Amino acid sequence: MSNLYRRRLFFNRFNLVMSLGTMGFGMFFLLWILGILFYEGFTSLSPTLFTQTTPPPGSAGGLANAIYGSVMIVLVATFISTPIGILAGIYLAEFGRGKWVASATRFINDILLSAPSIVIGLFVYTVYVAQVGHFSGWAGSFALALIAIPVVVRTTENMLLLVPNSLREAAVALGAPMWKVIMMVTLKAVRGGVITGVLLAVARMSGETAPLLFTALNNQFWSADMNAPTANLPVVIFQFALSPYDDWKSLAWAGALLITLTVLIINILARTVFRQTQVR
Amino acid sequence: MAATSATAAFPVSMTAPPETKTRRQPNPPAQQQAAGQWQDWLFERTTLFFAVFVLATLLFILLALGYAAIPAFDKFGFAFFTTNVWNPVKSEFGALAPIYGTLVTSLIALMIGVPVSFGIALFLTEMCPAALKRPLGTAVELLAAIPSIIYGMWGLFVFAPIFGDYIQPALTRIFGDLWILGPLFQGAPNGIGMLSAGVILSIMIIPFVASVMRDVFEIVPPVLKESAYGIGCTTWEVVWNVVLPYTKVGVIGGIMLGLGRALGETMAVTFVIGNAYRINASLFAPGNSIASALANEFNEAADPVHRASLIALGLVLFVLTTIVLACSRLLIAQLAKGEGRNT
Repeated sequence: MSNLYRRRLFFNRFNLVMSLGTMGFGMFFLLWILGILFYEGFTSLSPTLFTQTTPPPGSAGGLANAIYGSVMIVLVATFISTPIGILAGIYLAEFGRGKWVASATRFINDILLSAPSIVIGLFVYTVYVAQVGHFSGWAGSFALALIAIPVVVRTTENMLLLVPNSLREAAVALGAPMWKVIMMVTLKAVRGGVITGVLLAVARMSGETAPLLFTALNNQFWSADMNAPTANLPVVIFQFALSPYDDWKSLAWAGALLITLTVLIINILARTVFRQTQVR
Repeated sequence: MAATSATAAFPVSMTAPPETKTRRQPNPPAQQQAAGQWQDWLFERTTLFFAVFVLATLLFILLALGYAAIPAFDKFGFAFFTTNVWNPVKSEFGALAPIYGTLVTSLIALMIGVPVSFGIALFLTEMCPAALKRPLGTAVELLAAIPSIIYGMWGLFVFAPIFGDYIQPALTRIFGDLWILGPLFQGAPNGIGMLSAGVILSIMIIPFVASVMRDVFEIVPPVLKESAYGIGCTTWEVVWNVVLPYTKVGVIGGIMLGLGRALGETMAVTFVIGNAYRINASLFAPGNSIASALANEFNEAADPVHRASLIALGLVLFVLTTIVLACSRLLIAQLAKGEGRNT
């Protein structure tokens, strides 16, 4: 073996081992974070978590009001963002082909997909909270909806583009108007994929903290009024984790475990149950 | 391309052939046809309305934040961007320290995150056994699914103490005496500060950068790679001299996407950056990023100028990320366009 050849081989092996190392680096941090979270979370988990409200400093309590608030805020946001996202996605995939409005919307949508969530919260603060004069659960829902819409638009469009044109042509040939073709044929054909998009958006919303800081704020008591400051898990975790009290910190870990489990389960559900890469 | 225009041009109804043996349904009455056309028009307009809604959101955000930030720009003018002062008591504000913190933490994140992402993408496309590809790919994507507040808690309670006890003293020992670079790695190793924030950010951007790199590596035509292997190239030479030049534009787009993510990341940074309006030579020193300043202070800001200054910071952040993300999209789209031509 010549010297040059040996050097090339060595260089190759060294770099491939480094590549393996980077994969290990990523997995190491994933397991470390999840490991710590599960350990701290499960040791602080208790049934009172779901029955009692957030406690004053230095006493025991639960997260019932925060869990309820989070579920309500995310539900409302899902109901707002799903129709808007699906309809906009339909325009991009079905009507907008080749039109500048569609390409511009697609481009802006891709930017909004990664836009800093704290700025979205700031935006809802300036146009809604500052105008009505108080923080509210509705404002939190609006902020989360703005974060979810781009996700739904993107998946709806991608899924609709998978539908073969022969399917549309067959429906049109039967005399169906376009709106029936879209709602009852093409959209139905990619139902699974669109549901995946909505689920991924729900997962994304469940973990978001930053946009809720200036909108839903927090509420120490049980409150079903969405027009008042509403307790929600991420903000409670943020406040409790940075507090000096051990009770609060342990509640923060339990809450962190709850939202991470929710997000991971929804993610896995979306990837397995509703997984759709082609039209059946 | 021919197939895409077929649906639009399709006639709504066809005239019946003059004489046919088979029995057929009569055409729908004219009234029903007209209703169908009217419903179609309404449906298309509705979808168009929501598409334009999405399009206008970006503009709305810019206008709303710009309008709310006017008091700050009125009072400080352009000096807002160039002064390093943040004094709520005297109501004097300058954005230099948070902007510096945002850029420095993002740069640290890129310096660690990009090579690691490249390695992961390389591993997943060239080395990984087929059976492990999907589980490992999903595992990397799970890093993106973990909420950022979890990174923050882990960073503050677990990572920062270990980082301060072991890694920072080691960095000082190795790099502390170097010319120019030295001061970056000197200072009290307390685990919290710009460097920790940057390291945690790097882990958070890995899934985004790696997934773009992986996608663009996979569009390289197999013929190109096979020819390179055919003349005796090693795997590394194929990747470095064939795959990377071919996908250069997309890879840069992926890096920009990671940068956009790092600039705007809030919760994780807020937990570990230390919240101090200082520009310090040492990376170990506490600092502030735009996002963490907002998260920490906005709700306590009662003074209108303070509030407007924070909104102005948010506007700066939004404009910055929008530009970076727009570049990223354009670059990735350019590669996708070339795909058809080159193969």
